[in-house]
Amino acid sequence: MMTALSFFNYWVVVILMMIGFYCVIARGNMAKKIMGLNLFQTSVFILFISAGKIVGGSTPILREGVEVYSNPLPHVLILTAIVVGVATTAVGLALAVRINEAYGSIEDDHLSEKDSGDEE
Amino acid sequence: MTITELMPFSVLVPLIAALVCALLPGRFWPWAVTLGACIAAAVIAAITLPAATDLTLSYAFGNWPPPIGIEYRVDAANAFVALLVAGMAAIALTWAKKSVDQEIPERQGTFYALFLLALAGLLGITLSGDAFNIFVFLEISSLATYGLIAHGRDRRALLASFRYLIMGTVGATFLLIGIGFLYIMTGTLNLADLAERVPEVRDTSTVRAALAFIIVGMGIKLALLPLHLWLPNAYTYAPSFVTVFLAGTATKVALYVMLRFVYTVFAPDWSFVVLPLSTVFMILGVAGMFVGSWVALFQPNIKRMLAYSSVAQVGYMVLGVSLASVIGLTAAFLHLFNHALMKTALFMAVGTVIYQVGSARISDFRGLGRTMPWTLTAFALAGLSIIGIPTTAGFVSKWYLIQAALEQGQWFLVVLILITSLMAVIYIWRVIEAAWFQERDPKQRQVGEAPLALLIPTWVLVALNFYFGLDTRLTVGGATAAAEALLGGGIMP
Repeated sequence: MMTALSFFNYWVVVILMMIGFYCVIARGNMAKKIMGLNLFQTSVFILFISAGKIVGGSTPILREGVEVYSNPLPHVLILTAIVVGVATTAVGLALAVRINEAYGSIEDDHLSEKDSGDEE
Repeated sequence: MTITELMPFSVLVPLIAALVCALLPGRFWPWAVTLGACIAAAVIAAITLPAATDLTLSYAFGNWPPPIGIEYRVDAANAFVALLVAGMAAIALTWAKKSVDQEIPERQGTFYALFLLALAGLLGITLSGDAFNIFVFLEISSLATYGLIAHGRDRRALLASFRYLIMGTVGATFLLIGIGFLYIMTGTLNLADLAERVPEVRDTSTVRAALAFIIVGMGIKLALLPLHLWLPNAYTYAPSFVTVFLAGTATKVALYVMLRFVYTVFAPDWSFVVLPLSTVFMILGVAGMFVGSWVALFQPNIKRMLAYSSVAQVGYMVLGVSLASVIGLTAAFLHLFNHALMKTALFMAVGTVIYQVGSARISDFRGLGRTMPWTLTAFALAGLSIIGIPTTAGFVSKWYLIQAALEQGQWFLVVLILITSLMAVIYIWRVIEAAWFQERDPKQRQVGEAPLALLIPTWVLVALNFYFGLDTRLTVGGATAAAEALLGGGIMP
């Protein structure tokens, strides 16, 4: 019981990852796909941040009387990865807006119908 | 300034030029600045290659010593790929001017800025000696590539770009998960340091999972067979110049990253001997060769046909990797280089036809052999290279691949390579047949020969295809050095 609970954050990572991945694969709506993608990326961020935590460790700021610090490096890495994630979301949503302008829909089914007309 | 200090500039010059380029108005200056930056990057890469063949160059950013700081670590393998990417970008750019003027008449500054970001990202992936930096540069180049593909004139370019974004981001995030697992197990992100520390912990499920995530993630990026679905649409609907550039560079860099992880980080005596990676790569490579060539036979659109042919060529490279010997890896690197030469030449020839006729459908190629003889001859000669006729570059890489297969007594692989080459004969012949042996429909647009600005770069590449088919000192020498650098002293059984 204790061991299962002590991996609590990793269970959260796995569940979030699966929900996000399912949304990317199963949803036909492009906005929902982007949301799923975002959730998927966020779960990986939590994985990295969990890896940086040291049991009994303090925040990584140097001060008197503290011997054990958590590892700050994963946080710094994830700061970069969050920026990358925001950029991906922005590009994806911008493309969805352009698709909506060009096709009048962002539902996958409608799009394939409209394209089947002028197939090469 | 020593070569080591010069090295980071092949990434920095395109990166800074991208900012300049985004602000430039008009049509000439953005192109000129981009060309200048590409040539500078190519020259630096060309200077680096001979130096890196002798010893591994390392540049520590901000003078932070490597395992802690970020470094650019260049040996024969990266230097070879970096020279290919920068060189192909420079040649493609000399071709680009007219085609881009026609397809993207407005706001060329931002278009070329995206191109430079994609190039800087690809070069950054190649040179970086830090796993997390590889991820960040991968995302820089990918995001720029999605933007470039979305510039296509057809509205389906937007859809292709969106689907590539979904698949590409999933792939890059998989790579990030793999890097995360490795970091959890070893506490380092430096590739050279990882290579030392991974062997101690590699018999754990975490490291096996890391390898699986990295291979699937990069498999998406390099369009390994079951993960190739983004590629055909992305190549077909992107602007001609973007297709030319991507076909020559993007999948090659992804293959390099996968090789770097499989060979340097997880030493081959583990990934190929303990784990059945060799079998997996061989099956996927052969499946890619067959499915790619087979689907290419039935495509009415020539850009899509060549895109499926690219899937098949990736199969050859992965097959070379699966043999896990110096000569097999040499064949993979040779084909990586030669395929960039021939596919870029083919896409340039098709792009030239698109410039004149406005379509890449095979029915619009009818009778063009008489009115555009130079363009279509270039296509046919580059086609010979993709088939693998002797005296072309394609023959050299297939020859090495066959030798690598024979070295291990895999006769059936030789037969499979020959059969897929025959399939290449058929799909290239379909275009030649339409161009020379059919009459042009009087209702179709009648066109003359393409302008010299498009023909000269195409013919330069065709000439290079024949040059590297006859004089193989640079390619075979570079590929062998790259293979030996990755195998690191021949630990293979």
